Amino acid sequence: MLMANHPDLNASFAALADPTRRAILARLALGEATVNELAKPFDMTQPAISQHLKVLEEAGLIVTRIEGTKRPRRLSKPGIEAMDRWLAMLRQALEKNYDRLDGVLAAMEKTK
Amino acid sequence: MSKLTLKTEGDTHVIVTRRFAASPEAVYRAHTDCKLLQQWLLGPEGWTMPVCINAARPGGKFRYEWKNGKGHGFHITGEFIELKPYSRIVHVERMHLPDPSPDNHVETNFEPDGAGTLMTMRMTLPDTQTRSTMLATGMEKGMEASYVRLDNMMLAAA
Repeated sequence: MLMANHPDLNASFAALADPTRRAILARLALGEATVNELAKPFDMTQPAISQHLKVLEEAGLIVTRIEGTKRPRRLSKPGIEAMDRWLAMLRQALEKNYDRLDGVLAAMEKTK
Repeated sequence: MSKLTLKTEGDTHVIVTRRFAASPEAVYRAHTDCKLLQQWLLGPEGWTMPVCINAARPGGKFRYEWKNGKGHGFHITGEFIELKPYSRIVHVERMHLPDPSPDNHVETNFEPDGAGTLMTMRMTLPDTQTRSTMLATGMEKGMEASYVRLDNMMLAAA
């Protein structure tokens, strides 16, 4: 239902469920990197890293640049920003509940 | 300045904290008394909770129903596991959309914090995928406590 309206966000959140993929994003936040550069700190094989990168790219969180034989990856600003906006919205909805609760608590205090 | 914090912990937990300018007793009552819950646990503007049934005792069941006045609605059912006035509530809950979501195990603690109360809610989902799905669905309504800020990642992406 709701997720159908936000297929990309659903893929984004699913992509983030994996700690290695979150770590890859954190690494890419420092600047673009090739598969080899990414494989090193994670102590993973190149195909394993490539698989994670594929998931991240399909989720719209990273993009690939072609430079000769190199394929450096970097964060996709629109993808990250979409998620950021989404989370900000959710956070606001939750805040709204608690702001209302502040009012309820103040009224309880008065009627004591 | 927001008083709310949201963060994930491990693969399956979500932690929410919030401070209130009222006693733990008042905050606890606002979480267990339907007359009070119906005034604030509503999510975005326009939603109401026409049905609030809860047996606030260990083993007691609850059911909360929301409607937005435009033909949309959903409900949550659950059971209380532990109720310790006025400091702790442990319950499980699931959303019906209409298919039930996997159980969310929620521990809510209220502790004195100066003249007010610090609430800490710790949610445990069955697995990481469920937590991700919850973020993309339940939170949109702002009903379920919300859960992830993905602190590190957002900091990194900023």
